[in-house]
Amino acid sequence: MTTLFSVSISRRFWRVWQRNFTVYQKIWKISFIPPLFEPLFYLLAFGLGLGTLVGKISYHGTQVSYLAFIAPALIAVNIMNNSFFENTYASFVRMYHQKTFDAMLATPLSIDEIITGEIIWGATKSLIGTVIMLAVISLFGLIRYPSGLLIIPLAFLGGIAFGSLGMYFTGITPTIDMFNLPIFLFVTPMFLFSGTFFPIDNLPAWAQVVAQFLPLTHLVNLVRAFGFGTVDARLLWSAAYLFIFSIVFFPLALLKMRKRLIK
Amino acid sequence: MQYIIEAENLTKKFNGFTAVDRIRFHVNAGECFGILGPNGAGKTTTVRMVYGFSPKTAGTLNVFGLDIEKDWRRVKSRIGVCQQENSLDPDLSVEQNLLVFARYFDIPASRAREKAQQLLTFISLDNRRSAKVSELSGGMMRRMILARSLINDPELLILDEPTTGLDPQARHQLWQRLEELKAGGLTILLTTHYMDEASRLCDRLVIMDHGKILVEGKPADLIREHVGHNVIEVDDPAENLREFVKSQSLEFEDLGHRLIIYSQGKDDLFHEIGNRFCTGGCILRMATLEDVFLKLTGRELKE
Repeated sequence: MTTLFSVSISRRFWRVWQRNFTVYQKIWKISFIPPLFEPLFYLLAFGLGLGTLVGKISYHGTQVSYLAFIAPALIAVNIMNNSFFENTYASFVRMYHQKTFDAMLATPLSIDEIITGEIIWGATKSLIGTVIMLAVISLFGLIRYPSGLLIIPLAFLGGIAFGSLGMYFTGITPTIDMFNLPIFLFVTPMFLFSGTFFPIDNLPAWAQVVAQFLPLTHLVNLVRAFGFGTVDARLLWSAAYLFIFSIVFFPLALLKMRKRLIK
Repeated sequence: MQYIIEAENLTKKFNGFTAVDRIRFHVNAGECFGILGPNGAGKTTTVRMVYGFSPKTAGTLNVFGLDIEKDWRRVKSRIGVCQQENSLDPDLSVEQNLLVFARYFDIPASRAREKAQQLLTFISLDNRRSAKVSELSGGMMRRMILARSLINDPELLILDEPTTGLDPQARHQLWQRLEELKAGGLTILLTTHYMDEASRLCDRLVIMDHGKILVEGKPADLIREHVGHNVIEVDDPAENLREFVKSQSLEFEDLGHRLIIYSQGKDDLFHEIGNRFCTGGCILRMATLEDVFLKLTGRELKE
């Protein structure tokens, strides 16, 4: 069944990335706006509004302001959303409605290259969004440098992890409306319970264990540590988790998309 | 001489359903080869195997003498494909569609720009280069798909129902372009269920039904062999005419209110029938490929 394309990821996946970048260049002015303003809205609402009620939060033994606590989490959520939504809704539209992948499959591109290019593109969008958000949040003095610079390559790794997960769902989702399901079951709970808006320690013990299995928990851990400049060995586990998560879901995404596209 | 496409016992099954059943055909360099058949006959499945979109279930399939399964990338870089569905990129302009597609073939940017310009002129869309794809008419989109499939200077052009849904003007426009390409020596593989299209463009063709090839040959030869030169159509035939055609063991089809009689080389048959049985509604016309097609694949609805 898959023997026809069993090899084959060459540097040509770059052509698929380029196609998406060409489209992005046409609409970059609009694409720039959400990562520019979204953190401002959140910082205003949660940091200033809710923050005055919450006061200080204890993080690894030090007291930090609520604004400082959630700022790195906003970046992490943005990394997740950018790649996950790119490789679900946007990739699905290209695959199913626009027949873009069908057209590519009549050229010397393999399915694996198309999907790889799409996932790398999703990660690129995470990276672009992160750079913009980082600049905005840094203006508030909420990011420490130079460790804060590590958030940029981290955004790419996080993008690969969540993009691969998104592409896996694209491979198995019958219609575009059905993406509501993985969003309701995975993305929304992660958004709320991954140490984003309150420390995981506040959860009941069983929920703390569950949270350790959510990739966003580890991404939040890493972004927060890099942003605060509190890098230590415990982060290796979080980095390893994201890495393993990518290594598992990337080939799974390829497999499901091959199954879906090869007729 | 080496064949451009050579298929032996080519078979495709989908979950137990046999879409293409041990077919065998070859395409010579420089010819236009047609695959005709009603909907669901296996035409699209066949060409999809040829351009490496669908893996075959069994048999052998060589394109340019290369095994499509092993050398798919080399084969695909030498063919151009017009898929049945509109797969133009709506996120890109007309010209960008060509330039981005050229990148998939690793064509350098300067060469791609030159080629895109040349192709836009060829399909008379050079004044619409920055238009959105969605602003184009159905005929323009089809011409764009043709232009896009030529971006890599293919040695083989594959067209899957290229004029389905087009108005007569747009169809003739497209046929003209295809004839120019053919005159330039390009090998073409074409699927269609329009007989006029096949008669006009194809040097040789096969008629398929239920995944099998029924006949193969030149359009004119197929008409002569299976129908003859002329066809007599009689509206509301009298009962004694039915008895007459049976007694003469003529080939005919009885549609109830209409009788279609294949003259099979008997040129004076029309006068005989006209004089003896017709009061009106009796016509003699040239046999066409459509007669062959309907005779072989039947007149009942296919879907």
